[in-house]
Amino acid sequence: MGVLLTLPILIPLFTAALCLLAWRWWRVQRVLGLVSAFALLCAAAALLYRVRTEGIQAVQIGAWPAPYGISLVADLFSAMMVMITGILGAAVAVYSAGSLDKARQSFGYYPLYHVLLMGVCGAFLTGDIFNLYVWFEVMLMASFVLLALGGGQGQIEGALKYVTLNLMASSVFLAAVGLLYSVAGTLNMADLARKLRHAPEPGIVTVLAMLFLVAFGTKAATFPLFFWLPASYHTPPVAVSAIFAGLLTKVGVYALIRVFTLIFVRDDVYVHTLILVIAGLTMVTGVLGAIAQNEFRRLLSFHIVSQIGYMIMGLALFTPLGLAGSVLFIIHNILAKSNLFLVSGLAQRFGGTFDLKKLGGLYEEHPALAVLFLVPALSLAGLPPFVGFFAKLLLIKAGLEAGSYVIVAVALGVSLLTLFSMMKIWTEVFWKPAPQRHPAVRRRAGAGLWASTASLAALTLALGIAAGPAFDLSRDAAAQLVNPQSYIDAVSRAHR
Amino acid sequence: MLTAVASGFILAILVALVRRISSPAAGWFLAALPACLAAYFSSQASRVWRGGPILEHHTWAPGMGVALDFRLDGLSLLFALLITVIGAFVLVYSGKYLRDRARLGRLYGLLLFFMASMLGLVLAGNLLLLYVFWELTSISSYLLIGFENQRAAARSAALQALLVTVLGGLCLLAGIVLLGNIGGSFEITALLAQGDAIRAHALYPAALSLILIGAFTKSAQFPFHFWLPKAMEAPTPVSAYLHAATMVKAGVYLLARLNPALGGTTAWTAALVAVGVVTMVGGAVLALNKTDLKQILAYSTVSVLGMLVFLIGLGTPLAFQAMAVYLVAHGLYKGALFLVAGAVEHETGTRDIGKLGALFKSMPVTASASVLAALSMAGLPPMLGFTGKELLYESALHAPVHAGLLTTAAVAAGALLFILAAAAGFGPFFGGGRHSGADVHEAPSALWIGPLVLATGGLVLGLAPALMNAAVRSATLAVAPAAATPVDLALFHGLSPALVLSAVSAGGGLALYSLHGRLIVAGDGLKPLAQWGPASIYDRAVGALNRIAVTQTGLLQTGYLRHYMQMVIVTTVALVIAGIVRWAALPQMVGPVGPQFHEAVLAVAIIIATIFAVRSTSRLAAVAALGVVGIGVSLIFALFGAPDLAMTQLTVESLIVILLVLVMYHLPDFGVFGPRRYRLRNLIVSAAGGITMTLLVLTAASVQYAPPISTYYVENSYTQAHGRNIVNVIITDFRALDTLGETTVVAASAAGVWAILRLRSRKGFFK
Repeated sequence: MGVLLTLPILIPLFTAALCLLAWRWWRVQRVLGLVSAFALLCAAAALLYRVRTEGIQAVQIGAWPAPYGISLVADLFSAMMVMITGILGAAVAVYSAGSLDKARQSFGYYPLYHVLLMGVCGAFLTGDIFNLYVWFEVMLMASFVLLALGGGQGQIEGALKYVTLNLMASSVFLAAVGLLYSVAGTLNMADLARKLRHAPEPGIVTVLAMLFLVAFGTKAATFPLFFWLPASYHTPPVAVSAIFAGLLTKVGVYALIRVFTLIFVRDDVYVHTLILVIAGLTMVTGVLGAIAQNEFRRLLSFHIVSQIGYMIMGLALFTPLGLAGSVLFIIHNILAKSNLFLVSGLAQRFGGTFDLKKLGGLYEEHPALAVLFLVPALSLAGLPPFVGFFAKLLLIKAGLEAGSYVIVAVALGVSLLTLFSMMKIWTEVFWKPAPQRHPAVRRRAGAGLWASTASLAALTLALGIAAGPAFDLSRDAAAQLVNPQSYIDAVSRAHR
Repeated sequence: MLTAVASGFILAILVALVRRISSPAAGWFLAALPACLAAYFSSQASRVWRGGPILEHHTWAPGMGVALDFRLDGLSLLFALLITVIGAFVLVYSGKYLRDRARLGRLYGLLLFFMASMLGLVLAGNLLLLYVFWELTSISSYLLIGFENQRAAARSAALQALLVTVLGGLCLLAGIVLLGNIGGSFEITALLAQGDAIRAHALYPAALSLILIGAFTKSAQFPFHFWLPKAMEAPTPVSAYLHAATMVKAGVYLLARLNPALGGTTAWTAALVAVGVVTMVGGAVLALNKTDLKQILAYSTVSVLGMLVFLIGLGTPLAFQAMAVYLVAHGLYKGALFLVAGAVEHETGTRDIGKLGALFKSMPVTASASVLAALSMAGLPPMLGFTGKELLYESALHAPVHAGLLTTAAVAAGALLFILAAAAGFGPFFGGGRHSGADVHEAPSALWIGPLVLATGGLVLGLAPALMNAAVRSATLAVAPAAATPVDLALFHGLSPALVLSAVSAGGGLALYSLHGRLIVAGDGLKPLAQWGPASIYDRAVGALNRIAVTQTGLLQTGYLRHYMQMVIVTTVALVIAGIVRWAALPQMVGPVGPQFHEAVLAVAIIIATIFAVRSTSRLAAVAALGVVGIGVSLIFALFGAPDLAMTQLTVESLIVILLVLVMYHLPDFGVFGPRRYRLRNLIVSAAGGITMTLLVLTAASVQYAPPISTYYVENSYTQAHGRNIVNVIITDFRALDTLGETTVVAASAAGVWAILRLRSRKGFFK
């Protein structure tokens, strides 16, 4: 029973280890990597099914009881995040197998890719605040190497900014964990929730919560802590950008939602107003940054920032509907954003560059790619019938019901600006006639590239059509977040 | 009805997938779908007219209030018939019209996609579903306006139309959600039933304004009208279909649809009548100085859309009748005139009325269709346009307030439309333009059949308007269930005031038409005024947006790591200090005991070493000073009962110093970077960060809510985990998962460093 909770960590761990052992044979690593990515996908699906049918799952590693040992916990939100990690992990594994240069494939790409997935899954599943820190470290190291691997000056420069700022966030996180332990005497998140709930006055806890806000806010790339993201995401190979774009910031958002629904729930008006302000500023500054760009991936990178604002908007509203909106928005955004990065890679393949001014003519030459761009782009702008519309609708509805008219106006305005900048890409890359052809153009792309890109687009459409079940899932996940008692209970009777 | 809507989408997708559909003849074949749908809707007509709305329900996302509800009543039936009938002819027409065969399949696909979306819009029985289709029409309109995407003008026109309509769409969405929150449902039937409660609600003004913005942008009402004339960049069949006959009426449809729920208040009437009248007159005036056939028609469409909004705003039973009749009349004549304009351009290569004339002999069939349609547009008997215009005048005469003013405006618009009809529908065939017509041939049948049938439809319905009685009655009933009156349409009602007004406007129009050439010239003189118009406001807004974006991003994303780091620290300090101040949680010193003497010495040593490290001009000295700091910290660990931690820290410190010394040779010169004020800022920021952390630690140390869990480890380390060294047991057993993770970090970094170094040194080895 508990094994399902550990599989999303163990599968990538063993894959990474085996890949390291097979260092000399990169083709073996590639096969291993693909098989394991799909195994992770299956394990994630099994876990989600289990959580959906039987409720929150928890297990104590090493059979040490909570709060003394480390708990792994999967509520619906966690299980959904692991599921989407599995989906993205598989899609990008296929894409990278078909697009990465041989040098990178032979020098550590596969083991590090799976270490990254391990860190992400660990972060989603852990029920222990210090263990969360460890998973952040795992992610940070793996992502840093992936970012710097095989790169020229620009890539190394981006990687340095990335790692420096993220290490600062990690230090803040670590300090916060230490201080929290000195105040509450425990590290288990469910135990923390229980002990802090009855604390005499929440003052110091709120102050510590601010440290977590900074730490996770940096990881999630919220205003004004997002600088590392646009500085680095456009530099590595597209497959790496895509998996980063999909997963890394979302782990930060996940952590924000987790601690601010489970642990720091006492001083809600102050904290939630603060998060609401951050949400609005993140949306606006991110989208304005995107509008200012003329490079495909830079533009997309700023959009990641902007969309983070929507995800924490639901947290700030702190209503069941708002949180459901956040959950659905995260899922939608992971699909759409990674999809767009994969499209940028194909566009670069066919057009020879990421520079919007130098691209063009792909509407005629590759109409299929045009469709694959439009689906996630329109979903990102919140247009129906894609899942992005339904996610936005939930947030708007929650905002209007809560009477937070300003944030609703901001969210709607930013979605217009999002559309504006998506259509900028569309105009430049697809509609505009091709300027002088870049010499390094390829005419074709492998089936793997098309299949992985198309499958994400298909999911964006499918989740829109299946908006009913998708909403039910998000609503139930949000219900568990709003009433953390079931989470706490699950940990206290955790299977050893 | 779900089938009807879905069939359009399915056929659109099929067309996109099957590349062979690029032959002009395929248009006839594809037109079978809208034709069948038209037949289906006609077959439902008698049921709807007699029995009332047909409802259909399928679930979609019940939790969100979104349902695949459809509702066919008199109003939606009227629209559905317009959409399918005109759609069929447009498909046939497109096959011959488009010269670029390779793109024909794309045009077919997009037109079908639009048709299905538009059908969905008018059939939706759920407001959120309506919104879904609403945006789908905006997207298909975008792709169709930019159909000739090689031209920059087409691309920017498409973007403008999209941004304006989606801006309205977003307002509409907010309005719909508000309305749903007020009424407790998104179902149209449920909302229409509780109009009084909605109108009395505190949020009614907000919901109303938002929905009105949505409707006004879509239906090109002043001041959002400017996107429609620009949308004439689209291929002509698209202009005929989307931007004259159907899509631009979506806003009108929405207003009529929601009239029972929202209408009748002073705010509603004032907004609709004012905006409608301004648009009605303004659109027609703006059309006067245009010489491009499509521009004339586009501005006259704006005018008619204003008229329809105005009629809905009037809110009398007669006005609703006028709206329904004119809606049909306009769809028929304007669709026909656009298609004629396309056929003329197809045969002559120009749309400039100054260059066209005397084409009647070469294109008799097209000309007949054009003249019939123009008669209807001019409001002359025995066309349907005449009946509609009579009803308009009648409604204006009986307007509850400002009847005189409104009648004047309506008559003026009628006169102006007369001129435009003559200029666009009559002039090219009988006027004295340059074209002798000698080298011009009649358009192929696919190009004239649509206009001819539509224009003839206007004639037949004009001669026997009673044919429309049931349809109009049923539509009026849907718009205003309470105010339904019997409908008795007739060509000739006797000598009524409206007939007199008709004569006045026709006479005025005829008189002014002779001056049309001078009006065009005079209009050129007014061009400087355009810079104050909404179109240039749009341009300036987009320009400002781009500038703001660049400026803001330049300020934030400077590219300097030090700025980013400062921002992180400043944010941390600000949030923490704000929290401490808010809770007045100033630190209480832990216990009464001050620091021991040796502790104080250690602290002073660390501080001095830190200052030295910062100020030193020699890298070696700075590294050594840092080593002192590290050793000092290890000693603190040792003093406070963590010898193993101290040992670890000591090892790490030594290692770092050794490593730094090793790489020192390769590092660039060590210097002081940046001017003094930069360093001052750095000092302030880092000092603030340090002081904040100190305050925080002192504060946190003064509070303890629960005893630490470490006692468990003390008790169980040996008995349960069989280890005497508690720290080791924690690392390897109690919290082994942490260690697993950290081991992975070490492995990943080792592999990473190896890979990065090897890959760099072997650059060029591959390939």
